[in-house]
Amino acid sequence: MLVFFIRRLIGFALTLFVAALAIFLLLDILPGDPARFILGINADEQSVNVLREQMGLNLPLWQRFFNWISSLLVGDFGLSFSQNLPVLDLIIERVFVSFPLAIFAMLISVFIGLPIGIIAAMRHGKASDSVLMTLAQIGIAIPNFWFGMLLVLVFSVMISWFPTGGFIYWNESFFGAIKSLILPSIALALPQAAILARVMRTALVDVASADYIRTAQAKGLTKGQAILRHGVQNAFLPVLTILGLQFAFLIAGTIIVENVFYLPGLGKLIFIAISERDLVLVRGALIILIIVVTFTMLVVDLLYALVDPRLRSRGKA
Amino acid sequence: MHLHHLKKIFLSLVLVVFSLSNVYAQSSEIKLGIVLEPPHLDPTAGAAAAIDEVVYANVFEGLTRIDENGAVLPSLATNWEISSDNLSYTFFLKENVTFHDGEKFDSSDVLFTFDRAMSEDSVNAQKGIFAVIEEARAVDEYTIAIQLKRPSGDFLFNIGRGDAVIVSKKSANANKTNPIGTGPFRFSSWNKGSKLVLEAFDNYVGDPISLTKASFIFISDPNTAIAAMLAGDIDGFPIFPAPESMDIFANDDRFNVVIGTTEGETILATNNKATPFNNLKVRQAIAHTIDRKAIIDGAMFGYGTPIGSHFAPHNPYYIDKVNTYPLDLEKAKQLLAEAGYENGFKATLKLPPPPYARRGGQIIASQLRQIGIELELINIEWAQWIEDVFTKKNYDLTIVSHVEPFDIGIYANPDYYFQFDNEDFRAIMVQLENTTNDDGRRALAYYAQDFLARHAVNGYLFQLAKTGVWNANIDGMWANAPVEGNDLSQMKWVK
Repeated sequence: MLVFFIRRLIGFALTLFVAALAIFLLLDILPGDPARFILGINADEQSVNVLREQMGLNLPLWQRFFNWISSLLVGDFGLSFSQNLPVLDLIIERVFVSFPLAIFAMLISVFIGLPIGIIAAMRHGKASDSVLMTLAQIGIAIPNFWFGMLLVLVFSVMISWFPTGGFIYWNESFFGAIKSLILPSIALALPQAAILARVMRTALVDVASADYIRTAQAKGLTKGQAILRHGVQNAFLPVLTILGLQFAFLIAGTIIVENVFYLPGLGKLIFIAISERDLVLVRGALIILIIVVTFTMLVVDLLYALVDPRLRSRGKA
Repeated sequence: MHLHHLKKIFLSLVLVVFSLSNVYAQSSEIKLGIVLEPPHLDPTAGAAAAIDEVVYANVFEGLTRIDENGAVLPSLATNWEISSDNLSYTFFLKENVTFHDGEKFDSSDVLFTFDRAMSEDSVNAQKGIFAVIEEARAVDEYTIAIQLKRPSGDFLFNIGRGDAVIVSKKSANANKTNPIGTGPFRFSSWNKGSKLVLEAFDNYVGDPISLTKASFIFISDPNTAIAAMLAGDIDGFPIFPAPESMDIFANDDRFNVVIGTTEGETILATNNKATPFNNLKVRQAIAHTIDRKAIIDGAMFGYGTPIGSHFAPHNPYYIDKVNTYPLDLEKAKQLLAEAGYENGFKATLKLPPPPYARRGGQIIASQLRQIGIELELINIEWAQWIEDVFTKKNYDLTIVSHVEPFDIGIYANPDYYFQFDNEDFRAIMVQLENTTNDDGRRALAYYAQDFLARHAVNGYLFQLAKTGVWNANIDGMWANAPVEGNDLSQMKWVK
């Protein structure tokens, strides 16, 4: 177990370094001068140069990379070019929107998706199975921004239960914050739930024909009982993989839904920072996201090891 | 715990959540939707329009200010005297004014502001405004004397722009995050990515204002903007992001659609040094092919005024040059043939993100195809546009709206990205700069407009409209945008 853990940890550190290098180089070759962008096309060259100097853009490439990495190692993410505020503060502000949103969406998709998948698997081949899976197929096909718009039209414009968007901060009103995340998390959760339902069903159907289910049935359990008691746990591996990927997506890939509900999330922060060439902010945000995503993967791997004893023993060998 | 207990708790939770929603705005508060969030709030250190849209005339004031129609009005200077040679200006300042942090306002703040903008390490985006100043000095606590290097007809207008607002020495460096001005509203809070709140400043010296609080809410998605207006979550969009949807509001009594003008001349900018656009006949052929009405209808859903030169139709010196090269495909083909391109040619059209460019580009491409010019459409983002097109001049054609007021002078700069290098035009501009009497300036402005139209330097398309959507009970908003800004001082609820 320990060897397995250490190996994963080294992989984690390496991934981070390679990612940092890639981010730095990719952003550096992006066309567009951040200083000129801030001051606009009518600014004179002297002002632009003063600003470029202030932002440290006139230093050679290797030196900028070195400065960045060495500040990162001591936890300094730098000052945003355009906003002149610490990058870490800007990101943390958004994390309080994006993380709860991702967690809500995740919970909703698990509570809807898994039961549907289990029910469909237990009624494998029957009409209700086909109906549920058709619904799931539709759920996957519906774009979440469109579904979000639909929710807004019904629940905000027509019956005014929810605001059309925006975010009420946690310190302003706890319930207000939750309320402003309900529609967006439903919009995000629907396709995820549909995917989960299909994965869960397929995994269970595979498991259902396994020998140990037949054995359990031979010992007197009904097929449903056998699946619920012995099958679900085994079918959980692929589901766990999907959940890990989905969480990573939900943290950063929610820009479209954030736009629909004008939520101040991480995706929007990064999108705007890229278009404004706020390189410091983009780098900082990407690195933090990569840390979160690779960390999630690390946790999923470790959970794998818990669920599947074979991985643990392989680690020992 | 029994199930019905859980149910009760759940229901009461739901009720609490919903009851929190119905807090209606009081009639002295307003919620405005704006499309882009300002990167920061210091109008003297950035070009982003969104900065001025929040703070101009609300948080910060200049010596003069610009009204809805582009006229210059007194602001921190209550009146001024101009010497007969138009070189010496004396400004008399408003007394008893304090900044929002309690600091007293006087002539030293004006000097500080101007020195800061003119200094070596200035990062003012419009440093050029101050280039005409020879010397600024304080006569006494409330009098400022400014000596110009040469007469400047735009000086009073320019010092009324957002880039020239008066800041205080004590707070200037923190204005990006905590703007301190003398205006009727003070900065209250900013939830990044979400909203920004201004509140009425109790010690404001000036006409009384009606609003006590204004929130700016950042909404970029057009569909969301529609929903937010319909649901009443937003009281007004000074610039509504979806001109295609204005009918929804025009036909609804709850809303007021306010269409006005902007300073944005939208042009098919042309690289005058790139072959074949260096040939006047080719540019004339393009001018004969452009169908402005089709572009305005197709790209802007009918909102916009055709222009024939680089000049705003609402400007008193405007002269209509739309028919310099009327729509005439035969003539266009003939001109192309004379230029040696009877079979047409291929070129690129680089399109920045705004819908007027992306949608307009499609239409222009199909129009030019009629005379054999095949355009490759290349979508680029703004930062890339500034680098490729504006700085490196690596382009054939592009579509862009030039939003600076009275900016015809850019054609006198041969290094400007159009690369229009014309001695005669430079002479006209020098003359215009040195002329201060109205008739003389008018005659020169007419001549300059005609000159650019005849030379077909760029394809002149339309003046960008300002398309606002407002709650029908709000009054006092600007219809036009002579400068970027949303002046809240006259805004009020009428019901």
